[in-house]
Amino acid sequence: MVRDAASLANQPPVLEINDLNISYFTRAGEIPAVIDFSLTVRQGEAVGLVGESGCGKSTVANAIMRYLGNNGRIVGGTVKFKGRDMAELSEEELRQLRGSEIAMVYQEPMAALNPSLTIANQLIEVPLYHETDCTPEEAYQRAIDMLANVRLPDPERVMGAYPHQISGGQQQRVVIAMALLSNPALLLLDEPTTALDVTVEAGIVELIAELSEKFGTSMLYISHNLGLILETCNRVCVMYSGEAHEEGDIRALFDRPRHPYTHGLFGCIATPGTDKNAKPLTPIRGQLPLPHERPDGCNFGPRCDFFDKEQCGHGLIHMREVNPADNHRVRCARWDEIDWSTYEVKSDTREPLVPGEVVLDSDEMQKYYPVYDRSIAAMISGRSVRYVKANEELSFIARKRQTVAIVGESGCGKSTFAKVLMGLETATGGALTFEGADVSRQPVQKRSARQLGSLQMVFQNPNDTLNPSMTIGRQIARVIRKFRVESNADLVEERVLRLLDLVKLPRDFARRRPRQLSGGQKQRVGIARAFAGNPAMVVADEPVSALDVSVQAAVTGLLMDIQREYDTTLLFISHDLGVVRYLADRVVVMYLGQIMEQGQTEEVFAPPYHPYTEALLSAVPIADPNIEKKRIILEGQLPSVLNPPQGCPFHTRCPRKLGNICEQTPPPAVEDTEGHIIRCHIPLDELRAVEPVIRTAAE
Amino acid sequence: MTEQTAGSIPRRPNKLIGMLKGVALIRESVVGMVGMGLILFWVIVAILAPILAPYDPLVQMTPFATPFTKAPEEFGGTFWLGTDHLGRDILSRIIFGAQRVLIYAPLATFCAYAVGIAMGLAAGYKRGWVDDVLSRIGDIILSFPILVLYVVIITTFGASGINIILAVTFASGPGIMRIVRGLVLDLRNRDYVAAAQTRGESAWYIMFAEILPNARGPLIVDACLRLGYTTITIGVLGFLGLGLPPPDPDWGGMINETRAMATFAPHMTIFPCLAISSLVLGLNLLADGLREVSLKD
Repeated sequence: MVRDAASLANQPPVLEINDLNISYFTRAGEIPAVIDFSLTVRQGEAVGLVGESGCGKSTVANAIMRYLGNNGRIVGGTVKFKGRDMAELSEEELRQLRGSEIAMVYQEPMAALNPSLTIANQLIEVPLYHETDCTPEEAYQRAIDMLANVRLPDPERVMGAYPHQISGGQQQRVVIAMALLSNPALLLLDEPTTALDVTVEAGIVELIAELSEKFGTSMLYISHNLGLILETCNRVCVMYSGEAHEEGDIRALFDRPRHPYTHGLFGCIATPGTDKNAKPLTPIRGQLPLPHERPDGCNFGPRCDFFDKEQCGHGLIHMREVNPADNHRVRCARWDEIDWSTYEVKSDTREPLVPGEVVLDSDEMQKYYPVYDRSIAAMISGRSVRYVKANEELSFIARKRQTVAIVGESGCGKSTFAKVLMGLETATGGALTFEGADVSRQPVQKRSARQLGSLQMVFQNPNDTLNPSMTIGRQIARVIRKFRVESNADLVEERVLRLLDLVKLPRDFARRRPRQLSGGQKQRVGIARAFAGNPAMVVADEPVSALDVSVQAAVTGLLMDIQREYDTTLLFISHDLGVVRYLADRVVVMYLGQIMEQGQTEEVFAPPYHPYTEALLSAVPIADPNIEKKRIILEGQLPSVLNPPQGCPFHTRCPRKLGNICEQTPPPAVEDTEGHIIRCHIPLDELRAVEPVIRTAAE
Repeated sequence: MTEQTAGSIPRRPNKLIGMLKGVALIRESVVGMVGMGLILFWVIVAILAPILAPYDPLVQMTPFATPFTKAPEEFGGTFWLGTDHLGRDILSRIIFGAQRVLIYAPLATFCAYAVGIAMGLAAGYKRGWVDDVLSRIGDIILSFPILVLYVVIITTFGASGINIILAVTFASGPGIMRIVRGLVLDLRNRDYVAAAQTRGESAWYIMFAEILPNARGPLIVDACLRLGYTTITIGVLGFLGLGLPPPDPDWGGMINETRAMATFAPHMTIFPCLAISSLVLGLNLLADGLREVSLKD
């Protein structure tokens, strides 16, 4: 993407991995984590490594650094860095190599920085340690220059700061600066933006692309997000269950994926072309095999529509060359037989649901958290209590059978709203009418069993949503009894089993414990539990964001099916605009506790936009090379909710800021079409004239 | 994934077998196995005390007999570990002493845990003033020199088994509370706790069914260690003359009664000392082993 493929192909290789096999040795014996893996990264090239959790992509990165832990071992093949075999290096040579020639950027910036040292101390250490003739003054100067290179405002101040004094996005920039300080030949990025908000992620992604151009550093970019890879890499390698299944130049692989798994993966991603009714996502059937239960032959075999016992069912399937011109290789025995142009996945199109009566009406709902300042100065000035305005006058409605999405970045107050709605917190103002009764100041203890049962929640973290020490059956049965759906033991059990059927899990799961289930299966149990009380409304707080892409499609599909069956209202809380566009009927965009824009999904995703919505949309990576996107990078950081900006909350970062009016006067709510409301000072006509963020390139 | 949707559930796997399998995991840790061996040794000794002990532990025979001395005709046999200043067989006293320790130490630890868990759950889950009050009470107790605390309690209420249990509960309850509270503070933020709250479960149910079972791992390890401390405590109390009233055999008491004579008859002191340390060592090693096994994957 950054440089053309032809010139890269002539560059000398920096990293050569040949027939690499890595195993972990555990209680259960030897477990192969990476099988027959080969990859070459040339000078100045950015190679993406994508795959779902457990596919071995991080193991590859660790093997390059020779950080496999106590129980991991390379059992075959070689990793060569600049022609030297990594396995033959001594500990001392390795130490010299790590951090100077090969640098790594991790997922959690806070964990990568030492909280008790200033940024300056951590940065100057790098050249001082790796270069014998470097003086402290020189190191300091280089550190400051590098901070400017990673576009941190005010590098002097950042140098003197401790990690907790700067934001997550800034921390990640510091980590990248640290990695680049010794001018490494290879930069390993392991999910560098996964822990960050989308608008911050967009900034980092742009930075990475810019830096690789500027310094000519080779990069290995590990991610689960195909959209991100498309935006940052020249070449990509798709891994599945320990094996590389497809590899090639970015355009070749995105335009003409050859492997059924890659194909299936693209079918699972919500892109602007998908629609939950007319063109639903097609999940890959079955699930990822456990490392010690991999099938004979092709690992993807049991989930593949083209599986042929003769060709795919035996031994190791080797990588085959598809097209040497674009480095396209695929691990599929039948790649040249499959005709993708005639292949059609049977996806059942559905009639759109017709929204019914109003189920939830939030009328200027407000939630302030008091923060007590116990300092003497505050007591004298009389300002000992300040308020965190987590929710400021939220007004919107949700109807029966409707899916309403609340989107926004972390700290925007979307989870606070869910807490008030569920009765875990009480509102400080306004009203929240659910099925005719105001529940805004009615904590969960004061709600009737019927009310509780008709308003349930699906949680974000699959590993946290189920009690690890109770069987699945007991957890669902408890809900049924609690909401008095059934009381007779046999009937309860019968209903537990029917709920398991509903979420498409085998019935014997009732006897299992959560740790025996995969993430997607746990999330299904969470859904079964939420629907056990026949709810009128289900609040889903990021229900799929912790799941792998192929599982996401199945879980969202399941949610929609159950919604259809029970006429449930779905309140979908998410930061992932891709999934929201696909799933929601109405979208509410929040920023710093306030609603900036709301309307029907197609209205919100097309001009007129609120400038914040516009920035959010442009920040979301899209895994479709035919989509052209406007780039809007938000400057500055998210203001603190304790001290929100006067006037429009977004004015500090808004690229379309008008002037004083934005800083002083709260923006008016302007109605575009019925129900599509934008809170902005910019006249609607001007917003309408904005060119759309996303355009499909001419075919 | 969906093949098995019809039909009934297969039979529940036997719970007992599951538990035994869990216990069997300790085999993977050498240290844990050694600890387990030491503990099992003392448990078996205690259970079979009437059969194993060669003499009645209270009967006075030849005083100051050294190990391996032949006993007088009317008693028969050998004093394998010698006798004490009153002529009682040390081996028999240690064997019967094991019974006392293995009854009172677990009982006292159990009581301390009951109190500590109740306080820790309440403090960690309820937070607010409940937490403040309970934590401050705990701090006050913990700020006392522990030995002084024991002496005060026992001298006030008298030396008896029940009072030892009370003293241990009072002194170690707050420490356990702190551990439980810390675990609860983490666990209460889990989504399954929120799920229980949103379906209107009572605080009791959430504390005992949703939170406590998931804190058991670290608590079991701690309980093993604490059982060792309690064993030492009972020994110390015996040594200070505050333990189980004589003439019943008590390891700590045996050391106390004979320590003045240790210079010329060391066997009377050394063997009870070895008994205490081997049991405590066993418990500590088992705790280490459990931790090691639980950290493995």
